[in-house]
Amino acid sequence: MTHTSRRPLTSGKAQVVDYTLALRKKPRIGERAIQAFLFLCGAVSILITVGIAFELGKESWLFFRDPQVNLLEFLTSTTWQPAIGNFGVLPLITATLMTTFFAMLIALPLGLGAAIYLSEYASPRARAVLKPVLEILAGIPTVVYGYFALTFMTPLLRGIFGSETVQIYNTLSAGLVMGIMILPMVSSMSEDALSAVPRSLREAAYGLGATRLETALKIITPAALSGIIAAFIVAVSRAVGETMIVAVAAGSGPNFTFNPFQSAETMTGYIARISGGDAAYDTPDYNSIFAIGLLLFLITLGLNILSRWLVARYREVYE
Amino acid sequence: MSSESNHNYAIEMSSVDFYYGNFRAVKDVSLQVIPRKITAIIGPSGCGKSTVIRTFNRMNDMIPGTRVTGEILFHGKNIYAPDIDPVEIRRMIGMVFQKPNPFPKSIYENIAWGARVNGYRGNMDELVWESLKQAALWDEVKDDLKKSALALSGGQQQRLCIARALAVRPEIILMDEPCSALDPIATLKIEDLMRELSENYTIIIVTHNMQQAARASDYTAFFTMDTDRAGMLVEYGETSQIFTRPRDQRTEDYITGRFG
Amino acid sequence: MSTEPIQNAAWSDPRLSITRRHRVGRWWQGFFFASTLFAILALAALLFSVADKTMGLVVIENKVAPSALSSRPLEGLSKEELISILEANLSRNRYRTINREETVDRRSRDEIYDLVIGEVVRPKVLMSYPLSQSLLRRAELEAEKAERWPEASLEFYTWLKPHFITSPMSASPELAGIRTALLGSLALIAISILFAFPIGIGAAIYLEEYADRKSWLNRIVQLNIDNLAGVPSIVYGILGLAIFVRALGNLTSGAAIGYAGDNGRTILSAGLTIGLLVLPLLIINAREAIRTVPNSLRQASYGLGATQWQTIWYHVLPAALPGILTGTILAVSRAIGETAPLIVVGAATYITSDPTGPFSKFTALPIQIYNWTTQPQEAYRNIAAAAIIVLLIALLSLNSIAILLRNRFSQRA
Repeated sequence: MTHTSRRPLTSGKAQVVDYTLALRKKPRIGERAIQAFLFLCGAVSILITVGIAFELGKESWLFFRDPQVNLLEFLTSTTWQPAIGNFGVLPLITATLMTTFFAMLIALPLGLGAAIYLSEYASPRARAVLKPVLEILAGIPTVVYGYFALTFMTPLLRGIFGSETVQIYNTLSAGLVMGIMILPMVSSMSEDALSAVPRSLREAAYGLGATRLETALKIITPAALSGIIAAFIVAVSRAVGETMIVAVAAGSGPNFTFNPFQSAETMTGYIARISGGDAAYDTPDYNSIFAIGLLLFLITLGLNILSRWLVARYREVYE
Repeated sequence: MSSESNHNYAIEMSSVDFYYGNFRAVKDVSLQVIPRKITAIIGPSGCGKSTVIRTFNRMNDMIPGTRVTGEILFHGKNIYAPDIDPVEIRRMIGMVFQKPNPFPKSIYENIAWGARVNGYRGNMDELVWESLKQAALWDEVKDDLKKSALALSGGQQQRLCIARALAVRPEIILMDEPCSALDPIATLKIEDLMRELSENYTIIIVTHNMQQAARASDYTAFFTMDTDRAGMLVEYGETSQIFTRPRDQRTEDYITGRFG
Repeated sequence: MSTEPIQNAAWSDPRLSITRRHRVGRWWQGFFFASTLFAILALAALLFSVADKTMGLVVIENKVAPSALSSRPLEGLSKEELISILEANLSRNRYRTINREETVDRRSRDEIYDLVIGEVVRPKVLMSYPLSQSLLRRAELEAEKAERWPEASLEFYTWLKPHFITSPMSASPELAGIRTALLGSLALIAISILFAFPIGIGAAIYLEEYADRKSWLNRIVQLNIDNLAGVPSIVYGILGLAIFVRALGNLTSGAAIGYAGDNGRTILSAGLTIGLLVLPLLIINAREAIRTVPNSLRQASYGLGATQWQTIWYHVLPAALPGILTGTILAVSRAIGETAPLIVVGAATYITSDPTGPFSKFTALPIQIYNWTTQPQEAYRNIAAAAIIVLLIALLSLNSIAILLRNRFSQRA
């Protein structure tokens, strides 16, 4: 860019300048190109979702179109034996439900309890020690938790309940360890919700002579309820989608049972097993993983949307 | 609006309205800024002073939903015309902000950067020296130009921002309450600086401090908020006249402190 | 109107209920504290159960005792001496095969040593005991060993040793190492970050600096990214399988450029899949970092007549960089531990050769851990534990760097 439009710094005659030219809008192609590229980057995220929906949908469609497969049977039958044409998804769902149930049994009350402790009771020094511990727990890869379930939790359960009752692979062990894994997440999200409650509310309660427990349980927690429930729902969604712990410790092979001491295969465990195995492409056996995957995607998506809606709808307005 | 008369003014507003969405914040402003003089914009809070000054260099474009009607003429061109480049406008019409905002870089880099992105290929050391001298900051920082700009005092930072603006060789310098974050001594230094700079540059300053306007400016424009909450220009003239023989009652009420 | 205090008759004696209320309060406080304690204990139990298996007493039996091969310890022998042992003890065919893969002269001394151990000595762990038991119940274990395996010897053995990291996989757990897996993990991370970082930062810049906040399109994109962050990782695996392995199989297997690949189950596919997985996290983190840059900085830049991209490149990005880096490191920590998508995309269960390029078959550290954990022999649990320790150390280092970065730069601001 030339300098015809510059004025001299010290006073002197201003040079004659063509302002029409100087002020005219420059094409700035570089700027526009960069902006277009950045827009594409932003659009990639949409492409991912479209891709997930499309691929899952397409392959599931192929699965359901196969004459051996019947949608009604898929959703209601309790046997899954592709070899003889039985494609009932319920065994996988009950296994998922069981592991999720046991996980929530640990993660929800203990996670909320830890959150209340950290937010209402703990001294700053205690928090400085405890919060990193929870963060470490949250950062451990799930396959390590699977190892823990198989080598620690299962022998522990067998020791308590007896080796005859508790099989080597069982949903209880996987569920409990999953709960340990999810606990830090519940704790951290709940703690955020609790901390967001303004100090003035606490002071009002204490000023009336309430004990710390009464304030925490009857004033603060209800005020933070929408955030806490959102945390719970996200925890459930996480448990449903978890793969490695169940793949290692819960068992392989669908099994329709409500006995937590027996082995059973969850939806995620099933997908991992079949895709890691030798089934040929384009058999109903193989395509079933897409159908299960679609189910999984819809469930977790629904849960996440529900949690977000709850937060938006019931968010307390404090001031 | 003939082209000859426009070249007598540094910049000129002609029946300008400014909208934030559907809300008209400033209405029907017509103002002719005399070149190489200091023009002060005063008025009570909320009357649109900052909005007005930011329309001169199209800084309000950054806020979505804003709209300008009317014309702002700079060398005969309406700067809001669709074929005008706002980026170039901002180089020619510089701005100093209320709170000093130097870049988190060295003193040297602060001044050099603006010139560099605008294509300056000459002797940078010389440009930095000139700008700092013009901003009356050279003697205080000449020993270490590599020092971080954030290590300077508030008043020094503001003078650095002025030097930075000068380095891209503008014609007009807009100042949006430049002294409100500074102590009185730093404020006086800036006012002296303004007086020096006005020999070569047109200065437009928004200030909520009436005494400053009376002391430091040549022309004063008094704005107020009308009943529809839109800012409007009440009176504009030489500072001595505005402060001794205001023509409008509202002006007199304001400068005598009856309101505002 | 009376301003006297309200009559107390209707209220029970406050002193009694206060005691009870405090007691109830203390009980609940105990519960809350116990919940937190539970988390700490769980972590301790986990680390303990892993560390416990990384070393301990083992009942080990060598096919050929080292003492029978040489009077001096094998570790001290020179390369020539080891080669002569190899020649003397292997069948002619076997020696020829080994020589054909790579001549013994070209191999390093360590490699020959490994061969001697692997082919001649052939140690086999019959039973391994956890560290805790090895220390506490030594006498019992010795008795048990004497009863069940009188021929073998009981020694203290560490599964986690330098040899473990530098050796490739092997069919026997005593010799297996994680080198292939480590290289695979590194390659995966590199590809995923190379892919996700520019796109993620680009998307964050666009959404924060260019896009109109209020527009419905922008809100959908925002919602979409938040949703994607919550999708189970195995679904990303399925996506990667469908798109990278199958639909784009020609490209990812290298066939398109003449490479002799036979399917799309390559490092490239896996890396891209992991890249997709961490993309939403990167975007969210980068947006946060960009958002914290004060607006006054942008205004100063625009005021000087800079364009939007100049402002972003010279001012916004440098200011946001520490936050972006921290976010990237967190994304990498997440990526290192992911297993499920890799299984779906087709991690190989047994490879001995190091990955040679983006079109190689691959394995990764968490996959190895998974494979070994699910094997029936006890010794595999030991090496799984050793691999877990390596993984945890890597993660700890990464997170420490992230925390250091965060602290250092938040002080400067």
